[in-house]
Amino acid sequence: MLGTSVFTNYEEVTAVILFAIGFSTLLLHKNLIRKIIGMNIMDTAIYLFLASKGYISGRAAPIITNGVMETEAYINPVPSGLVLTGIVVSVSVTALMLSLTIRLYRRYHTLNLDEIAILSRKGGK
Amino acid sequence: MSRQRKNYEETKQYHFLQWLFGKEDYLNGHIEMKEEEEEEIIEDTAQFSDEVQRKRIYERLYNLDKNREMKFFNKIYAVVSVLFCLCFIGIMLLAVSYLPRFGEASNPDNNEVSERYIEKGQEETGAVNIVTGMILDYRAFDTFGESNVLFIAACCVTILLRTDYSKKSKEQKKILRAQNEDRNYEPKNDVILQKVAFFLVPLILIFGIYVILNGHLSPGGGFSGGAIMGAGLILYLNAYGFAKTERFFTSKTYKVITVGALSFYCLAKSYSFFTGANHLHSIISAGTPGKIISAGLILPLNICVGLVVTCTMYSFYALFRKGGY
Amino acid sequence: MEFVRNFPFFCIILSMFSGVVSSVLSGKNAKRLTFFSLTAILVMSFALLSHLMAAGESYTYMMGHFPAPWGNEIRAGVLEAFMAGFFSLIMILSLIGGLNHIREDVEETKVNLYFVLIDLLLSSLLALIYTNDLFTAYVFVEINTIAACGLIMIHTKGRTLLAAVRYMIFALLGSGLFLLGISTLYDLTGHLLMENMKESVAVLISKGEYGVPLLIVISFMSIGLAIKCALYPFHAWLPDAYGYSTASSSAILSSLVSKGYIFLLIKVFYRVIGFEIIAESKILNILFLFGVAGMIMGSISAMKENDIRRMIAFSSVAQIGYIFMGIGLGTEAGIIASLFHILSHAATKSLLFIAGVGLTDASGKKKDFASLRGAGYRNKVAGVAFTIGSLSMVGMPMFSGFISKFLFSTASLSAVPAKTLLTLISLAVSTILNAVYFLRLTIFLYTPVEGNHGAKMEWKTQKKFSLALGCFVAVNLVLGLFSQPIVNIIETGLKMFG
Repeated sequence: MLGTSVFTNYEEVTAVILFAIGFSTLLLHKNLIRKIIGMNIMDTAIYLFLASKGYISGRAAPIITNGVMETEAYINPVPSGLVLTGIVVSVSVTALMLSLTIRLYRRYHTLNLDEIAILSRKGGK
Repeated sequence: MSRQRKNYEETKQYHFLQWLFGKEDYLNGHIEMKEEEEEEIIEDTAQFSDEVQRKRIYERLYNLDKNREMKFFNKIYAVVSVLFCLCFIGIMLLAVSYLPRFGEASNPDNNEVSERYIEKGQEETGAVNIVTGMILDYRAFDTFGESNVLFIAACCVTILLRTDYSKKSKEQKKILRAQNEDRNYEPKNDVILQKVAFFLVPLILIFGIYVILNGHLSPGGGFSGGAIMGAGLILYLNAYGFAKTERFFTSKTYKVITVGALSFYCLAKSYSFFTGANHLHSIISAGTPGKIISAGLILPLNICVGLVVTCTMYSFYALFRKGGY
Repeated sequence: MEFVRNFPFFCIILSMFSGVVSSVLSGKNAKRLTFFSLTAILVMSFALLSHLMAAGESYTYMMGHFPAPWGNEIRAGVLEAFMAGFFSLIMILSLIGGLNHIREDVEETKVNLYFVLIDLLLSSLLALIYTNDLFTAYVFVEINTIAACGLIMIHTKGRTLLAAVRYMIFALLGSGLFLLGISTLYDLTGHLLMENMKESVAVLISKGEYGVPLLIVISFMSIGLAIKCALYPFHAWLPDAYGYSTASSSAILSSLVSKGYIFLLIKVFYRVIGFEIIAESKILNILFLFGVAGMIMGSISAMKENDIRRMIAFSSVAQIGYIFMGIGLGTEAGIIASLFHILSHAATKSLLFIAGVGLTDASGKKKDFASLRGAGYRNKVAGVAFTIGSLSMVGMPMFSGFISKFLFSTASLSAVPAKTLLTLISLAVSTILNAVYFLRLTIFLYTPVEGNHGAKMEWKTQKKFSLALGCFVAVNLVLGLFSQPIVNIIETGLKMFG
């Protein structure tokens, strides 16, 4: 049932497993900081996946050296650019989540999402 | 064992184990520390400073005898999430196993687009670094969106964490000030940190500037260089405190730099998009590849992006730390 | 190239630029700048619409000096221009209606940041509407998410912070899946522009290669976007987020933000994968089932609610269900009905949120039904507007809700028999449920009460609010009475998509 390239695509397989680890961290932990860490792991997994898409074995990074401009010399530059964009997005999102966590902690004095939910229902207007 | 139990607490073994397992901070009492203060609650809905209410909540959460439903739900939830993750792994493995082989040149994504970027990239954009040429020229719209992501995240963090003193009652101000001073507390005159920072900060900043300016020639660019410079500023802040950084970096500096850089980016790229789409002649030339002043708009854009990233990183830290800068 | 064809690009850049500049202005000036750019975008979009209707074809616009497979592109057709104009109209009206509350709910030194968020939100919506590049779409999806989170949590009282955290968790999960889909699809096709992707996908399908990954890509993208627009099982963040944020935010979030993602999803179906391939895959059935479940369950949750804002929020869950049900029918008529329902729901739901806040103002800021008793007499404008909105939601003829329900039921006739039956039954059940909870509240609003329950509000003291409500009612009536031209626009727009 599995295709032929499951053992050659080991980088993608790693990325998939990493994504699931991040996802389960996100689902199973109640602590907000851990949830954020889980989310970061998920993002990293996607970037690993994306970066491995551009790799071609035996070729150099796409910076032109010694004036060589043949396609055979360099790896695919597109995924590298996309990963760069993705990393910036994940930095901003992490900062936003952490600041939300700071505010929640200042108000409720806990990081447990369940406790926060109960507390907010009590004090909620 | 013949050793008496009550003496155990005085043995070295006990102290070692305590230290090893982190039960006790072994620095406690050996280093000057400021006592932690109970933070005053200024948020509106928080009336649970009384311990009774707090305890009741803990009971509701953790008293599992009274809380059978919750226990049951938690178990089901855990099982379902694990199953879900396993399913996800299965599905993705299935997808991956049918994907093109890793690292082969004949994969579908190595086609005309990447070929064109490699073969013509230097000629068309003037950048030796093809990735920089791609993100700042071929796909510059994405990168503008990306700097806006940073900008809007900085706005959101500001909304959440900046403490504004105007338009607040006197009491609120007092509490806010006290809180801020508490957060402001930092180990002053830490000699090791200051000496290290004295040597490292200039190096880090110069390296950051180098990475930004050489973005089109070598690995690097606005984002990486900006992150390095931001780290340098944060190190400086940690070593010397807010009073010194505020001599050259305040919220006004932040505003001027960010808005200036983003507006320049916006206007410059609008010109380039407009001329490109209308097939007009653009005055921006690619220059000689390999020179510092070359690659048309890429160098100024890299500087803009670098400035935005530096300021945003620093402002994230300052807002987290103190609620302003 | 005619000058008018630059307008989509101008719209996006203008709203971004005013967002950047607003961050250094005072609150008042930021408001002025935002209204100026919103009006300019409205005018430009309708100018573009009339030009495109006359020209009868869509066009692509290079973002830079590099042609199709290498550069970045945006694309404009009739449907895109119409949606852009309609979205900016709804945004202007929601902002006008909630201005007083922005002043109350947002700290005075941070009002300009509210308008920064609004500007960048609009720019991201416009970019999602116009973009022809899948990765650009991802970047702007993220801007949209962060801006929406900002709009939720800028009113920091009550439960909004928790709601914002929940929203972010769901949204990031959604965009993670979406990005995973994009990267896999890039690996299969080697392109990021929608047209080139579609060509490569067609080649792959005809060769019979990579069938399994393609199916998984389709499902990841649709489920990722469905999570982001709060389709039924993923709606946990929605009631708190809409129920406690400031009135304009709720109106904008419910009527525009989730609609941007739905529009992107339809775009992916038509312009990246190809609708025939999508219709053959089973993923549409899943969306259909989720949609039907959402219609029923959202309405049942709304019936249980005793808080006006949360009730309207749960009703949004049901309406998102309608839209996904229409998409899930797998026919072109279904998509047209869904697109019309996007318009009708945007007009009605923002009307309800804005009118609802007027009613709670007249009841001493209390949102439970008991305090709202007789509020329709105390604030007549809001009462009338709320009643009209409820009638439209229920599906009274003359109003927009009726047309969309009519379109859904006619569209279902051409689908698979099982789907026809299920659609008709769920439409009937959900209409009855809608009627129960909306009319229950309307009856509360018009039950006379003794004694003083809140200040009386005349329309003279709230002119802007009344103006916004009047315009909303007018939009609703236009959608309800002159639906045929609008359906024609949607139809021609969809043809240009293909």
